[in-house]
Amino acid sequence: MKLEYTEAQRAFRAEVRGWMEANVPPAPLESFDRTREGFEAHRAWERKLNEGRWGMVTWPEALGGRGLDLIRWLIFEEEYYRAGAPTRVNQNGIFLLGPTMMEFGTEEQKARFLPRMAAGEDIWAQAWSEPGAGSDLAGVRAMATRDGDDYVLNGQKIWSSRAVFADWAFGLFRAPGSERHKGMVLVLFPLTAPGVTRRPIARMDGELVFAEIFLDDVRVPVANRLGDEGQGWHVCMATAGFERGLLLRSPARYQVTAAKLAALYEARKAALPASIGERVAQGWMDAEAYALAIYAMCSRLNAGGKIGPESSTNKIFWSEMDVQLMQTAMDILGDRAELMPRAPDADGAGDWLADYVFALAGPIYAGSNEIQRNIIAERMLGLPKG
Amino acid sequence: MEFAFTEEQQELTEAARNMLVESCAPAGLRAMLETGVPLDAARWGVITEMGLPGMLVPEDAGGLGLGVGDFIGIAEAAGYAGLPEPLVELAGVAVPLLAGFADDRGWLERIVAGGIVAVGHPVNPFVADADVAAALLLGDGDDIHLVETGAVTLTRQESFDPFRRLFRVDWTPGAASLIGTGWGLAAERGAVLAAAQMIGLGQRCIDMAVAYAKERHQFGKPIGSYQAVKHLLATVQVKIEFARPVVHAAAVELALGTLPARARVAHAKIAAGEAAELAARTAVQVFGAMGMTWEVDLHFFLKRALALKFAWGGAATHRATVTSRIESLPIGPAATFAAELTAHAPDVKFQGMK
Repeated sequence: MKLEYTEAQRAFRAEVRGWMEANVPPAPLESFDRTREGFEAHRAWERKLNEGRWGMVTWPEALGGRGLDLIRWLIFEEEYYRAGAPTRVNQNGIFLLGPTMMEFGTEEQKARFLPRMAAGEDIWAQAWSEPGAGSDLAGVRAMATRDGDDYVLNGQKIWSSRAVFADWAFGLFRAPGSERHKGMVLVLFPLTAPGVTRRPIARMDGELVFAEIFLDDVRVPVANRLGDEGQGWHVCMATAGFERGLLLRSPARYQVTAAKLAALYEARKAALPASIGERVAQGWMDAEAYALAIYAMCSRLNAGGKIGPESSTNKIFWSEMDVQLMQTAMDILGDRAELMPRAPDADGAGDWLADYVFALAGPIYAGSNEIQRNIIAERMLGLPKG
Repeated sequence: MEFAFTEEQQELTEAARNMLVESCAPAGLRAMLETGVPLDAARWGVITEMGLPGMLVPEDAGGLGLGVGDFIGIAEAAGYAGLPEPLVELAGVAVPLLAGFADDRGWLERIVAGGIVAVGHPVNPFVADADVAAALLLGDGDDIHLVETGAVTLTRQESFDPFRRLFRVDWTPGAASLIGTGWGLAAERGAVLAAAQMIGLGQRCIDMAVAYAKERHQFGKPIGSYQAVKHLLATVQVKIEFARPVVHAAAVELALGTLPARARVAHAKIAAGEAAELAARTAVQVFGAMGMTWEVDLHFFLKRALALKFAWGGAATHRATVTSRIESLPIGPAATFAAELTAHAPDVKFQGMK
């Protein structure tokens, strides 16, 4: 056990820091969930990252990465968040589909999709949930009907983050007549294909964070299937492990939030009770605990381990920590907490509000925390199914 | 950067854990209470043969020359087993303290051979296991004395945990017993090792509750099949999973002795204490009325967890250390590890609260 970086790791941190300081936009970009312009500004940032070969540092060099291990990825993420760089508009691609494609994709698929993904040329959305299939994902009804060398896709998907403006989606479909976990396929389809209709869904604060996707005889080649025929459920569960357990929510995100919260408290603490200071300190401890747990997990994965049910403990922890951090910020802001970012006297209060609203979704997306608790109880603790 | 135990560490921990859990069944604990023996001589013999008390004794004094990081998994196992013997404080607190003095007067060798030295650190009001110790390490201001147990007066202070043998010690310092100056990191070692034991105790409570929830039927089904019960236990498991790495990091970073290292120890003590208490309370809830009885073994682990939560500094003390670290040093990403904050202090963007 060695809890310090090597000289090479420190040099890598310095390299990332130098690049970020020279390249991160000085002012925040417009939201990618509001306008096409905001979305494209984030795509341009992804292109710039890729020019510096920072698109996804863990991928092989041939696919647009740097072939680095997960400890370097953590260092990269720390510097990325420390620099206040824009939120990754392609997170569904690089953090969810990317690693899944590394595991299940053919060499042709990797060469076709991953370099474009790393460069932000294709921005991806996830098309799994349906109006009748949320926590019970095996209830999906959208159909992939084989027709020669094509699949014909029909059905309705919902809650697809980024799908309002994204280019491609990875969707979970089933073969006609199949039931539950059998007969599923994961199919990649362009959101601009004939027969695809997107309807934005406004979040409670008006942001267009997700969309419904209607598929009406959408034809895609069989070469767009990820994994084998009938293996769709298995492929999706591997993706979900990455989503919940590691890549989607790197610790640096919460460490930055905890630090900002400490600064917010420091500026206003004369007017606040000491109990708020305890919650701020708790927020820092939680973010540290998450970082340490992830460093331990990455050390294990580097040594050849696999992500197991701890993806569920991680998901519960980060999502509940996020809510706690934001609640504390709202309590510090007090009677200004309700101000929208555009209110003339918001003075930064509105950004915490937006983050608070987003935090409320944490215990729902990537598999609700209730489902995660079932997984922990049944797979870690061995309790009987209900 | 490698946050993982080596194969050697894992093997040693596993061997110790198997021995402790097998030899320390709750029926044996009950037998000890009935006969009133303070220490199971056979088990202590095996513990000594395995070299556990001397793990942190330098090699030239006959020990294994290891550190707190090597011992932390064994402390967790001692908690899991509900071990009544004073292995953890002996090996993890008394030994490093003695090893830090110029002359240990032969006591390290005696410990390797099975002798017990108890620690009367000023952070704790009473001395645990003083009656089974051959000698006590006691403080008089900054002076540390090694006093033979025959030379002091012990007054038993009954603890809720029947296996915690606490004593008020009345003694008179003399020049002959003076062995060194300063407690060094003894309190930090005591805190992190208490934290490790609480992780083990918490896990034991969960495991007992899980076993019961599989057997106990209500409404025609095992109660563990109901989500209301599952979610209680899953919530505790999450608490433990995010306290354990803090304890492991604290064990490794502790030796630095810097504020970030001490804050990590404080965090470990707070987090493990909360996790263990929640685990114990949740287990009582899952056991229902049975959980409140003397008959069910759960209380042995609940009592130890509760006692250790307050030993070696309670949450208020440790929170003050955490706050002081946040206020005076950089926080945020790139300011996680104690070693990086001293030798390689990063120029971080987010300063502390001050």
